[in-house]
Amino acid sequence: MAYLDHAATTPMFPEAVAAMTELLAEPGNPSSLHASGRLSRRHVEEARETVARVLGARAGEIVFTAGGTEADNIGLKGIAWSERNFYPHKRRVLVSSVEHHAILDPAEWLSGDDGFELTLIASDARGRITPEALREALGDDPSDVAVVSIMLANNEVGTVNDISSLTEVTREFGIRFHTDAVQAPAWLPVQFSELGVCAMTVSGHKVGGPHGVGALVISRDCKVTPLVHGGGQERDVRSGTLDTPAIVAFAKALEIVELRRDQEVARISALRDQLVQRVLEIDDSAVYNGDHVGRLANNAHFTFPGCLGDSLLMLLDAQGVECSVGSACNAGVPQPSHVLLAMGANDNDARSTLRFTLGYSSTQEDVDALIAALPSAIERARRAGMPKS
Amino acid sequence: MKVLAALSGGVDSAVAAARAADAGHDVTAVHLALSRNPQSHRTGARGCCTIEDSNDAFRAADMIGAPFYVWDLSAEFQEKVIEDFISEYSQGRTPNPCLRCNESIKFEAVLERAMNLGFDAVVTGHYARVINGPHGAELHRAVDPDKDQSYVLGVMTAEQISHSLFPLGDSTKTQVRAEAAERGILVAAKPDSHDICFIPDGDTAGWLARQIETTPGDVIDAETGNKVGTHKGAQAFTVGQRRGLALGNPTGDGERRYVVDVDVKQNVVMIGPPTLLDINVIEAINPRWSGPLPHNGQNIEVQVRAHGESLPATVSVTDSGVTITLKDFLRGVAAGQAAVMYDGTRVIGSATISRSRREA
Repeated sequence: MAYLDHAATTPMFPEAVAAMTELLAEPGNPSSLHASGRLSRRHVEEARETVARVLGARAGEIVFTAGGTEADNIGLKGIAWSERNFYPHKRRVLVSSVEHHAILDPAEWLSGDDGFELTLIASDARGRITPEALREALGDDPSDVAVVSIMLANNEVGTVNDISSLTEVTREFGIRFHTDAVQAPAWLPVQFSELGVCAMTVSGHKVGGPHGVGALVISRDCKVTPLVHGGGQERDVRSGTLDTPAIVAFAKALEIVELRRDQEVARISALRDQLVQRVLEIDDSAVYNGDHVGRLANNAHFTFPGCLGDSLLMLLDAQGVECSVGSACNAGVPQPSHVLLAMGANDNDARSTLRFTLGYSSTQEDVDALIAALPSAIERARRAGMPKS
Repeated sequence: MKVLAALSGGVDSAVAAARAADAGHDVTAVHLALSRNPQSHRTGARGCCTIEDSNDAFRAADMIGAPFYVWDLSAEFQEKVIEDFISEYSQGRTPNPCLRCNESIKFEAVLERAMNLGFDAVVTGHYARVINGPHGAELHRAVDPDKDQSYVLGVMTAEQISHSLFPLGDSTKTQVRAEAAERGILVAAKPDSHDICFIPDGDTAGWLARQIETTPGDVIDAETGNKVGTHKGAQAFTVGQRRGLALGNPTGDGERRYVVDVDVKQNVVMIGPPTLLDINVIEAINPRWSGPLPHNGQNIEVQVRAHGESLPATVSVTDSGVTITLKDFLRGVAAGQAAVMYDGTRVIGSATISRSRREA
């Protein structure tokens, strides 16, 4: 089997599995006051310090959550609500048109049910958000903007944004900035303090940690209205008993990433470049999407004109090659990629995509397996054609 | 063979796929997403294509050990089935959407896509049998007369039949349910689906009223030519219908009145005694043949509605379609329905009823 879907989830590092399993049977709620509770809390706080160090943040800025989607929701809604509470005229949220649904959907909810106005920030043809596009979206009077959210690296096409150049723009107007960095830490030395953002989302299972854990890094001066109320854990921002084993394993994974990243980026980007070249040799009509330079080292994203991505995925799956069409599903049905549409693709091209994403465990054999399986898959998928949309 | 099993999330298709796997076929499962905006949960026995159905199909595929995918055919279904249904009704005809779905979705769009993707056949949970005959694959009635679905498959061509597997044709529903339970398929007790899947509340007239603009018109007595009432829109009426006429005046002879004709252009509903509904000649258009054409005057049996009886008749193939002459009079035949022709249990073909009349 060739697993080429590491952007969806990547296997846990054995060290992270060990760290997690060691704690699973231990008693102790980190909020308890006895010895077991204190020990559990110590594990959490040590993990917090590790996560903070790796991500270039302070320990007090790390709020653990149950994953990236929750962190994105707190980052967007929590900041938007808090800003509006202080400044009632701030009723506008800006998010990029290529965000993950974990940002797009809460943004749409805020504008649909919660009285905010949503402005989408246009993407360029490579999936990148430029400072000019941000200025355009801010408009003549940005004083009504409560929060801006722009992702650090795109989950579909892998394009990396220059977040510092974008926060320079919002700083002029004192606007809060959140970034979804879920795809980034395995491939980029993300340093929260250098980005100029006030909040940043990361997730455990994208970096070799467990599912169901993530964090929102929130600067101290950034006020956030909680989504969930309860025991007041995590600075009152995110109530709920902390998942000590998962948090410890998440920190362990980030530690490993920090150690191996340079080496893996070199190895994987070379493997990716080879994959891209060989795919384009197989199908000269294929289009390599995204930014060819400013992209994640592990991402290769293509449009195969005339082939439904769905068909390709099924045919490759039957040959043991696992990848993704890249876009979100509605009831199991892949939708035309909103990212590709925002990048200017037509509806058919946005349904003809495949995303191959490598990880730290990827090998030459994985790429070879794809290259062996791809020609017949393309041929059959093209014969089956594009159903009506 | 490499086969594609269409799993609805119900019992029948799950058992059919399991039997295909047992028979040694390499089974891949797909759930057809037919609704643009699927509901989260099923309600009662009606409706289909909810997310819950899709999940049930996924779990059935797990039990069978087949890879599972969802195919989005909602655009085709909207155009070829739902819009056709509305258009037919708005012209005063009574279509059968299940048959249209088999004709243009399951055994056309899906089968064609499957063949192009490298599959040899499509497997479904329909109750019908494919038997190899002298001219190739033949479509036959299922052994369980209560469940037989050959009528809605009558639109299949010989080519389509030869690439279809119906593993349930030899079984009764009771046997299939028992087998599902034995196999541990979780939907073993799920109720059968009925009626029209895209009208989940079963109120076809109400649904149509929201789709078709109707204007009130006259109800005319076919024997006297007198106006005897008004209706809300002729499209909502079907020949043979008795309920919903809401006639103010009881008829003089006390006999029940039926819809005997619907003229959508004039927006008139004609009513009359049941004897006016008795016909013995059916003209039908757009025939689709499941095998060799019948010779003129061939003795056949014909079925004109989904759960109707099989009636002895003779058939002649004409330039515009077929003329079917019944041996006995038949009451209430609606234009738009399919006339499916049989030679014993074998389906000869199907055609859409355009007119019916009474000949001495």
